[in-house]
This record gives sequence, C-alpha cells and structure tokens, in this order.
Amino acid sequence: MKLSAADIATRVARDISDGSYVNLGIGMPMLVGNYIPKDREFILHTENGMLGMGPAMAEGEEDWDLINAGKQAVSILPGGSFFHHADSFAMIRGGHIDISILGAYEVASNGDVANWDIPGPRPPAVGGAMDLVAGAKQVWVMFSSHVSKAGAPKIVEKCTLPLTGVRCVDRVYSDLAIIDRTGHDLTVVGIVDGLTRDELEGKTGANLIWADNCETLCPSQAV
Amino acid sequence: MIDKRRDTMAEMLENCQDAKDGATILVAGFGDAGVAVRLLEAICDVGITDLTIVSNGAGGGDYGLGALIKRRRVRKLLSTFPRSSNYTIFEDLYVAGEIELETVPQGTLAERIRAGGAGIPAFYTATAYGTPLAEGKEMREFDGRQYVMERAIKADLALIHASKADRWGNLTYSKTARNFNPPMAMAGNTTLVEAREIVDMVHPEEVITPGIFVDRVIKVDGPFMWPVGGE
Repeated sequence: MKLSAADIATRVARDISDGSYVNLGIGMPMLVGNYIPKDREFILHTENGMLGMGPAMAEGEEDWDLINAGKQAVSILPGGSFFHHADSFAMIRGGHIDISILGAYEVASNGDVANWDIPGPRPPAVGGAMDLVAGAKQVWVMFSSHVSKAGAPKIVEKCTLPLTGVRCVDRVYSDLAIIDRTGHDLTVVGIVDGLTRDELEGKTGANLIWADNCETLCPSQAV
Repeated sequence: MIDKRRDTMAEMLENCQDAKDGATILVAGFGDAGVAVRLLEAICDVGITDLTIVSNGAGGGDYGLGALIKRRRVRKLLSTFPRSSNYTIFEDLYVAGEIELETVPQGTLAERIRAGGAGIPAFYTATAYGTPLAEGKEMREFDGRQYVMERAIKADLALIHASKADRWGNLTYSKTARNFNPPMAMAGNTTLVEAREIVDMVHPEEVITPGIFVDRVIKVDGPFMWPVGGE
C-alpha cells in the first residue's frame, strides 16, 4: 500500500502546530493548504509578498494583482498583509518562517537537498528555494513517491544533483514513510501499513534508524 | 515647486542621461504583476541596446521585458527564474549562447538591490552556501555558521509600476504587485514610475515608496492584465 498525495498532505497539515507561519512550495506542497485542520490557524507566506494567503480564485474571478509564487490568482485572509520582496525574504532569511515545505529531487542523510536544477541546456532557475532552505526554522520535504520513476531512491547518502542547501532538511514525507533527520541520522517515525522494514530499507539509498514508537501509516479508504 | 509628473513618454526619457546604450536597468515585477510594461515599451521604442537587465523573470510574452529581449536589446540578464511556460524567447537565445545569464537566488537578488539603494556595498547571507551559486564567492564564518558575501546592485535606471503617485513622487502599490518595486525604486540612479492613478497627495501614513527615491512619474491607462486579450 501507498499513501496518496492527499494522504501525505493531510498528514503534513496535521503535524503543523497551531499558529505556525508556513511557506508552501510550488507543486505538491501547495496541497497542504487544502487540509488545514478546522481547529487550527496557519498563516501561509508567499514569497512574492503576502502573509495570510487564502484559496485560489475561481476562473473569471481572478485578480491578477493578487498572485502566489506559482503565479496563480489567490485570495488573502483576514489578518493578512502585503509587503515588498526585500521584507519578504527578510522574513525567510531572518528565521521568522516556522516551516518551509518543499518538493525535491534528492535528500541526503546529512540533510543536504537538491531541488532546483537538472544540468542541461536550459537556463537554470532557482526562485526562492535556496533562501527558504537556508532560512526557515524547519525544512520539510514532500516526495509524492519514495523512489524515482526509474526506481532510484530519492533519499541518498550524497546528492548527485546540484545542491539547493546543505544540512537543512529536518523531515521527509513520502508515500511510504515519515523520516526525521538529525545530524547524519535518518530515523523512521512512520511507515505505511503493509510495508516491511526491509522493503523500505531497499527503497532508500541511506542507512535508516527505526524509532521505538514507529507509527503505522494507513492510507485513506476514501476514493 | 517640485513636480515630478510628466505627460508623455518622450518627456519621461527627455535628457535622461541614464537611458543609454550599455545601461543597467532594474525591471520590477513578479510574473505579470507589477511590471512597468508601458515604460518598457518606451525603452524599446527609444532603441537603446547592450542592456543589462535585473529582473525576477525574463518576460511572459512579446510585451514588456519579453519584447525587449526579443528585439535583442539585452546583453545580460540577472534573474532568479528566467523561464515561462508560454514564452521561450529568453530560453531560445540562452541555449543559442546569444544572451548572458547570472542566476541569483530570489532573496539574495532582493537584498542586493535593497543594499544598493541603502549604500551598503556588500553583505553576508547563508543562502546558497555549499551550492553552485556560491562558487567563486568569498565565504566567512559568523557564530559557527558559514555565509556567502554578495555584492550590492546599483543601476542606471529603475522602471517602477505603482498604483498611486503624487507630484512629489510618493507611491503606493496594489497587493502583490508591490513585489520588487520598492527596493528597485531605491537603487536606480534615475527612477521612472508609471502609475495607474495620479492623486493630489498620497496620505503620508500610506506612502510605501517616499518620493525621495523617485525622479519622474507618468499616468498610464489600463488594462493592467497581461497579456492583453489573452495568450
């Protein structure tokens, strides 16, 4: 069994404490915004100058002055604010953002992360990723799949792609597991129901430690 | 009497020593929000070339910065994300080796510009330490952590898109169309502003960019959604 993207996003949202200031990366991390528990308030930061980002606007109701980092038309919630880019990244670099949640190509056992560039002829594009991983108090990576399409582990001893940041990832969520990183140790704190420890170790390119109270993660039965 | 208002684009660029071949130009905006598209059109029309452009992106179509790049007026781009899903003119020139690119992390770009406007020649940031974008740069340890030295950016021209302006050059912005506009307004030797509205006076408590940073202002008419009329 595997966790769906919605399962992973639901779990990530549940693990964010009330009152957190959170930056959600483009792509899968944006899903987390759809699963905020009703008893909690998170303030979502978007790097192009807003705190209190609300849901995307319906087609035909967009305000193109009000966009997120992915250039989608969104809304602003009560208590939100607008600010310029230098202030926005002062929030990031200055350690005011509690959690940065990003997608990635690779995470290494020492917390290095590669998520911005696959070398090739196209111009490299970094956006705010390097600032976020260097500046946020916590960096969480979401993998929709624990291994690549070719079956190669995304959690590795050493990243092979150009790095986004060093020793910065605190936690990884995938379709198979939740893994915490401290120093050079990767500790499995959750494993999907039905998967053996050997099977997870076989899909991971770095040594794993098992938490005493490792949790069994159950995929949602909802279709 | 101070009056920074101008009536025509010709007056915006008249006797402007900084609108010259080889100029470095700050182009504000993020995606299509907050880009001074009419000022960019005027820069395109005046024909200056061999430009170094500082911009988060590389333009999203054959308008604004995209048009300037397409007409081969840009020698070099400093950018964080020079890719667009629907417009590839920059990518095509880059792949052909016909335009230079300096890739800059977004927060480092914003702070380099802010520092340029604030008279700070360089600063240290943890951003990009240990990555290819820090190669060749001076590193220094502070309190047990490694930092990369980054140089300030100052420019000949800054092109700003504001919501409201007054005759003193005080500015406000609209929502996330603020983005790079305030730090860029500080870092241009000449700062040119297009505003959607000219008012008698922006209330002092509402001013985002004080007029000291602004040289000339022009009112521009909508629409302000790009590309006009769809793709």
